[in-house]
Amino acid sequence: MSETVKFTIDGKECTAVKGQLLIDAAADNGIYIPLLCHMRDLVPAGSCRICTCKVNGRYMSACTTPVEPGMNIESNTAELNDIRKAIVEMLFVEGNHFCPSCEKSGNCDLQALGYKYQMMVPRFPYAFERRELEASTPKIFLEKNRCIFCKRCVRLIKDEQGRSIFAFKGRGKTLEINIDKKLAANMSDDLTMKAMNACPVGAILKKEVGFINSIGTRKYDKEPIGSDIEKIHQ
Amino acid sequence: MAQKVTIEPVTRVEGHGKVTIHLDDNMNVVQTRLHVVEFRGFERFVQGRPYWEAPVLVQRLCGICPVSHHLAAAKALDVIVGAGTGHGLTPTGEKMRRLMHYGQIFQSHALHFFHLCSPDFLLGYDADPAIRNVVGVAIKFPELATQGVLMRKYGQEIIAVTAGKKIHGTGAIPGGINKNLSIAERDALLNGPAPLNIDKMIEWADAALQLFKDYYMKNRDFVDNFAYFPSNHLSLVRKDGALDLYHGVMRAVDAEGNKILNDVDYQEYYNYIEEEVRSWSYMKFPYIKHLGKEKGWYRVGPLARLNTADFIPTPMAQKEFEIYKAHTNGKPNNYCLHTHWARLIELLHSAEVIRDLLRDPDLQKDDIVTKGTKKFEGVGLIEAPRGTLFHHYKINENDQITMANLIVSTTNNNEPMNQSVNFVAKKMMNGQATITEPMKNAVEIAIRAYDPCLSCATHALGKMPLDIKLYNAKGDVLDHYRS
Repeated sequence: MSETVKFTIDGKECTAVKGQLLIDAAADNGIYIPLLCHMRDLVPAGSCRICTCKVNGRYMSACTTPVEPGMNIESNTAELNDIRKAIVEMLFVEGNHFCPSCEKSGNCDLQALGYKYQMMVPRFPYAFERRELEASTPKIFLEKNRCIFCKRCVRLIKDEQGRSIFAFKGRGKTLEINIDKKLAANMSDDLTMKAMNACPVGAILKKEVGFINSIGTRKYDKEPIGSDIEKIHQ
Repeated sequence: MAQKVTIEPVTRVEGHGKVTIHLDDNMNVVQTRLHVVEFRGFERFVQGRPYWEAPVLVQRLCGICPVSHHLAAAKALDVIVGAGTGHGLTPTGEKMRRLMHYGQIFQSHALHFFHLCSPDFLLGYDADPAIRNVVGVAIKFPELATQGVLMRKYGQEIIAVTAGKKIHGTGAIPGGINKNLSIAERDALLNGPAPLNIDKMIEWADAALQLFKDYYMKNRDFVDNFAYFPSNHLSLVRKDGALDLYHGVMRAVDAEGNKILNDVDYQEYYNYIEEEVRSWSYMKFPYIKHLGKEKGWYRVGPLARLNTADFIPTPMAQKEFEIYKAHTNGKPNNYCLHTHWARLIELLHSAEVIRDLLRDPDLQKDDIVTKGTKKFEGVGLIEAPRGTLFHHYKINENDQITMANLIVSTTNNNEPMNQSVNFVAKKMMNGQATITEPMKNAVEIAIRAYDPCLSCATHALGKMPLDIKLYNAKGDVLDHYRS
């Protein structure tokens, strides 16, 4: 039988199954820790670091840290929130994000976090990287300028034989998301939508469905990101 | 010694431009030019983008009439997704777009009359510039200024419920629209608490028109003789000749009313319209191809529309149209300042159309998008507040835009604006050595009659102050005014 452990987040007593990832355990206790690369049930990537918390005084990413009995976790502090805001700003300046014409606007996690942390002007200079678009597959428009390298698509979207349809190419500054054109040619509509919905930004777009949701009906039009989690235990 | 006057920047219009007036050795005006000095490049940077992004991206050309760009682009993409033009959409799709468009016309015309041009009429063309503005109107005629603000607000509310928000919404998508009109939204606009309901808007639109007519009766000589010159006129008209600001066929008439283009499918506009580039302005000069550059230029906008249309399909506006047409014995109206009169008739017409659309149950239906066989090229035309707006796109097999051509309303009016400025300059500046305040304002009034949006025309960003320079024959600046 699974062992239940007790721990605290920002002073609030929480319980979870021992070994559960901190970010999921927090959500189950009604505490939202921001995330971009993490998806429940996917192998953790720990790549975006936006979920960084202080665990017993040490900086740890909540998506790669299993909960242990007696952990003292700090999450919603001025220091950590400023670090998170800085990460959001870095992601904005590193890619080319033009929210006004992006069809993911209103459904975009990165944009929603920008609002949450009240990002006005990034503290870092824009990189203005030039990345080519990949539009030659029949169902997906891959907007590489918006990719934040969360690797969700690489980990989640597979064909029937378990082969990844998306992969990274290059290293460091030249790293970019790529799509296997042969595998992509056989993607179903459902899998295409799954890929688009998994993408936390507007990098993966299903062709010809842009702007189908009117303003006011989009995910973050009425409530800020994380509200669904915070409501659970209110 | 020959001189050149420059008016820069031009005020109370949208965008940034300047006017130069060249004088000869006898101090007579030899040439006047309206220079548009902004440059952007939307046609280039939409290349490579997915086609369905165009209506949302290209509308960023402008914050005054983004709906016109939004809808013109969507209409072009209707063709690309196989939905055809006009009635190819579902009734809900087409009528929601019409509502959005007429809401836009209503707010933009109200903005122009009350905020931009009423200071000239109400306070006098020669009034102190410090008070000859919307604030001056608000102080002296607070009730009227409030009406102007609320009429604009009402139009913006219509845009918000059709496009999703008041500025830069996303309502029109290729093949239709992304929402219908809820009962609650409809009732708020139709029967909302006064004054924000359609009956009050019609009443106020009519009152604004009567106000202008009263002014006209008292100042007939001035209005009629200010920048009168013959020209061609071009617009969309409904197939049966009715005024239609959302969809129709291209029609052009000459100064005498002879049809020089009629029943033209705008998908082939490029067979009839060409654009000339001149070195001194970023704004191009369009003309009707078969008439050539010298004779083929034309006016667009309210004046042109009421010259090309045979009738207006709403009763109050039709009655006013008949009065208006009687003034020129049914012939085309070439009086520059009558554009304001025509604009106010359109304001009234828009309010009537909005009322009829709000009462139409089609707006509550769920069938909002239609698609057919994909094409790789599409043209969308619409009658924007300032005149005919052309959007033309080509895409490749990967759904990326490969070509975009935008001919914006103000661009169409480029030559007429230059003609008007030249007319006024010759009348007021011949023999004058310096620029006086009435001269500056007269030049601006001539430009303002077209309600130009110079940002749109060059696809540029910014506001438009007035800049005038006076040059001699050697190119030396003799006088310079900048507001």
